[in-house]
Amino acid sequence: MAQSERVMNIQEEIARRSEVIRPINDRIARLREESVNFEVRISVERSKLITEFYKSGMAKGKSVPVQRALAFKYLMEYVSLPVEEGQLIVGIRGTGVKEVPTYPEITVHSLEDLEILDTRENMPYRVDDETRRIYEEEIIPFWKGRSMRDIIFENLPQEWKDAYEAGVWTEFMEQRSPGHTAGGDRIFKMGLLDIKREIKRKMQEIEPWDPEYYEKIEELKGMDIVADALMIYARRYAEKLEKMAKEEKDERRKKELARMAEICRWVPAHAPRTFWESLQHYWFIHVGVTYETNPWDSFNPGRIDQHLYPFYRKDLKEGRLTREKAKELLQAFWLKFNNQPAVPKVGVTAEESFTYNDFSKLNVGGLKVDGSDGVNELSYLILEVLDEMRTLQPNTAVLISDKNPDDFLIQALKVVAPGFGEPPFFNFDRVVLRMLRQGKSLEDARTSGVSGCVETGAFGKESYILTGYFNLPKILEITLNNGYDPRTGKKVGIETGDPKNFKSFEELWSAFVAQVKYFMDIKMQGNDMIEALYAKHLPVPFLSLWIEDCVENAKDCNAGGTRYNTQYIQVVGLGTLADSLAALKYHVFDRKKVSMEEFLDALKNNFEGKYEILRQILINRTPKFGNDDDYVDDISKRIVDTMVEIIEGYPPSPVRRASKRAYFLPTTVHVYFGKVTGATPDGRKAAVPVSEGVSPVQGMDRKGIAAVFRSVAKCDWDKTGGALLNQKLTPDLLSNEENLKKLAHLIRGFFRAGGHHVQFNVVSRELLEEAQQKPKEFEDLMVRVAGYSDYFVNLPKGLQDEIIERTEQKEV
Amino acid sequence: MRGLIFDIKRFAIHDGPGIRTTIFMKGCPLRCIWCHNPEGISPKPQVMYFEYKCIHCYTCVNVCPQKAVYFDEGGMQRIKRDLCTVEQGCRICGDMCPTTATKIVGRYITVEELMQEVMKDANLYDDSGGGVTFSGGEPLFQPQFLMEALKSLRRRYIHVALDTSGYSPTEVLKAVEPLVNLFLYDLKLFDEEEHKKYTGVGNKVIKKNLKFLVERGRAKDIYLRFPVIPGITDTSSNVEGWAKFLQGIGKFERIHLLPFHDVSEKYRRLGMDYLMPAREAPSEEKMKRIAERFEEIGLEVVRGG
Repeated sequence: MAQSERVMNIQEEIARRSEVIRPINDRIARLREESVNFEVRISVERSKLITEFYKSGMAKGKSVPVQRALAFKYLMEYVSLPVEEGQLIVGIRGTGVKEVPTYPEITVHSLEDLEILDTRENMPYRVDDETRRIYEEEIIPFWKGRSMRDIIFENLPQEWKDAYEAGVWTEFMEQRSPGHTAGGDRIFKMGLLDIKREIKRKMQEIEPWDPEYYEKIEELKGMDIVADALMIYARRYAEKLEKMAKEEKDERRKKELARMAEICRWVPAHAPRTFWESLQHYWFIHVGVTYETNPWDSFNPGRIDQHLYPFYRKDLKEGRLTREKAKELLQAFWLKFNNQPAVPKVGVTAEESFTYNDFSKLNVGGLKVDGSDGVNELSYLILEVLDEMRTLQPNTAVLISDKNPDDFLIQALKVVAPGFGEPPFFNFDRVVLRMLRQGKSLEDARTSGVSGCVETGAFGKESYILTGYFNLPKILEITLNNGYDPRTGKKVGIETGDPKNFKSFEELWSAFVAQVKYFMDIKMQGNDMIEALYAKHLPVPFLSLWIEDCVENAKDCNAGGTRYNTQYIQVVGLGTLADSLAALKYHVFDRKKVSMEEFLDALKNNFEGKYEILRQILINRTPKFGNDDDYVDDISKRIVDTMVEIIEGYPPSPVRRASKRAYFLPTTVHVYFGKVTGATPDGRKAAVPVSEGVSPVQGMDRKGIAAVFRSVAKCDWDKTGGALLNQKLTPDLLSNEENLKKLAHLIRGFFRAGGHHVQFNVVSRELLEEAQQKPKEFEDLMVRVAGYSDYFVNLPKGLQDEIIERTEQKEV
Repeated sequence: MRGLIFDIKRFAIHDGPGIRTTIFMKGCPLRCIWCHNPEGISPKPQVMYFEYKCIHCYTCVNVCPQKAVYFDEGGMQRIKRDLCTVEQGCRICGDMCPTTATKIVGRYITVEELMQEVMKDANLYDDSGGGVTFSGGEPLFQPQFLMEALKSLRRRYIHVALDTSGYSPTEVLKAVEPLVNLFLYDLKLFDEEEHKKYTGVGNKVIKKNLKFLVERGRAKDIYLRFPVIPGITDTSSNVEGWAKFLQGIGKFERIHLLPFHDVSEKYRRLGMDYLMPAREAPSEEKMKRIAERFEEIGLEVVRGG
């Protein structure tokens, strides 16, 4: 492409991308500006308060749930009560916009950690001197050795640590507590006073000879305390708002503040009655859940168009609300999410989820509980809000069922077109099928949804805990080195034989599967142990109020109180592994053109020198996943089937009785897993990112998007909890109505064939390269990473390169 | 029965309605100097060289049994086309090239193989009102293969579009007509001599065949396609000639204007001469003026494919 043409194209693309950011009014525009531009800071207040509480002696002699509940109450009584100027919804986890608290009872940051967080180039968290001082004098001395992180690492066996250090897996629970759950309709139907009545009834029901009498009563006591605690927080806000209203000069705002105070006097104590109340009610709960601990994927109102619709309809009918006012409230609500970045992560955990995004995912579309089309006016309104806001958070999910109208899918594609990566598309009919396969009731399946990136779960009724990413290409590398990790020379696996002696592909496959099983045993034992530690040391009575049936079972969410309990392993590197196995099968065993010895030598030498020709053959003349070629697609299907079979083969966890299941998603871990994995037989060089999600290896899908969809849909995703597929489209592919319709049909076809999810980056390679060169000019360029979008220039270089390398699907 | 094709594109969205799979047939009796698909002209396989992929490993030089491959001083692969036996079926340089910098364009496939490829996306066609498009090259240049393929597609109820120059014996068109749902019919130069000059053949049969389709009542099943080639087809007299002609013979519904773009790179890769004098795409003003003229005669004008 000529230079002038290139410049012109880039300019055009920039113009198109910035075309429509048009928040409806000045208020939202100002709030958005503030929300987007604020620096992320560490707020020491929570850590200080929680340390004070445990030091004070108030916890002495109490059971763990009651201790935790009292600590939560202490927070709710004393945390500051920031109000963003002009906001319509109150409550922030932290001392202000993007001021992020820390959780020393889970992970206590060292002074070095704080230094790294403050000064790292990408994704910094500013730390002031006062925070450092308080950490040094109060927080570190008290929590060192007592945090969950310390307890977990103290208890894990050496072989677990060896594999962890080799990069075979990551551990989700080492810096953040179990999360990944979303609210169901209970949240929108119950006030805390209603729940307190439930708790009271339950306390009376438990028979004294119940073998778990003490545990149950203590848990219920804890639940009762945290219910009070959030009401205290809301009351404090009401008082503050009343005072602000009194002092406010502007008549309109004065009335607004008074109205907000009234709302805080009603919710969360009572169930919400109006649209506005329901948003404030949920938000109080969200703040509560994310103050109590630092759960993965924060929290999530779930199927928001379903939950809010009755309030919306009623308010419209009774003249309390207009469509425009509802939109303004939703936009104000939207910004509340954006004001709460993810908690600071360090080390491997930072590598696996390198983003401020905290994965709260608002679901729209899908089916109603009675099985009918769930798309309503609010589904469309929320798409509009998404299109206009274009903030990092919250995330969304568009659930597409056969029963939903094409128009809804096309409207959602129109939001995708300007190219900031949202929303992703999910095959809701297959989500329901998955839930049914896992033994959920039809009603619970239909009210389920997708949280985090692509993780399906029974919203409001299931605790589905992600436990760590699992590095398949690394395990192949260990297999090819007979149990040794060539990066360190350490033996981390088992001896499955010298691959030079393998007579057939089946021998190689068996060796690989044996290594997977060896590692999975260790990981699973670790998971069950960590689960037990959380159940014992870190109950979450506040979250447990909202997830069914914790109150009914008088059991904590972290101890198995929920209706459904699941543990997930997130499998990573499908494309890289499938292509690698296909390459070995094709060249060594089928065509016998390359000996295993030569192959291993090439890998050892990272394809340098004379092996470059072999590498080219591997890249260009070898079957690749994503091209609708059965030779390799059969292997990818076999990998998925085998991983599911291995993972689901484990018995339920001892404490939560959680079934074991598989997800296929990466967040940002494919970059880290790439760094620790040497050259692979697919022609990938050492340290290059492995493939992400279930997407083909970057740049290897050469036959267009229809072939990618067919390849991916061949795997049996119905047996998994979810599978993430990224596709990068050139902007012209979504440039007119006709093309959008065709793309919509293509997605329908993919879903009919069994695809679970797809999301799109609509951005040209040229623009991304330009942004990499001139980051200052592209600070607002957002792209799809994995199950979320992020600012491109904030990504580490390796991840930027990986996104650039993904195949561009063009118009043909 | 085998046909020679040079590509199959899935999720093609510019070759007729809906989502389509387009089959590019190799071989064409015309030599349009602007041809956008020069790899479709020769009815034999050819060697194509993609310089940017080449790592200069000289595998091609070493494996060629005819010693027809060499590299010039600039590091570009050259082929002594008089020695090369690719037209007789040799594919070794293409098969052995590690990077696919050297590629054989043109492969023979059976109707069964074609059907297998096409059926992969059958569920997409149904939903979107799409199907299969035969393009090229000139599909009517391989009539027997085309007939067999069309019959197989009809048995599977698949919508078929035929992208044609219209340059073929009317007998052939007569035979395929009932099996084609939509014709993408090219109009190039109205004047017979000009047509000969720029495409190598006259246009009498093209006009005759268009009339034949109209007589068969197929005017509504024709998307006319008009390549806008600067200084060649975009003259007012040429546009005027076609406009009057079309008005005279039938009730066509739409015409696509296909703007010229520079594809000299493709010619270089094939070792062919690119004789197109202009390199710039037609101006917006020009496109507009042509569009207006066709609109005047009641046609819906669509920009692009």
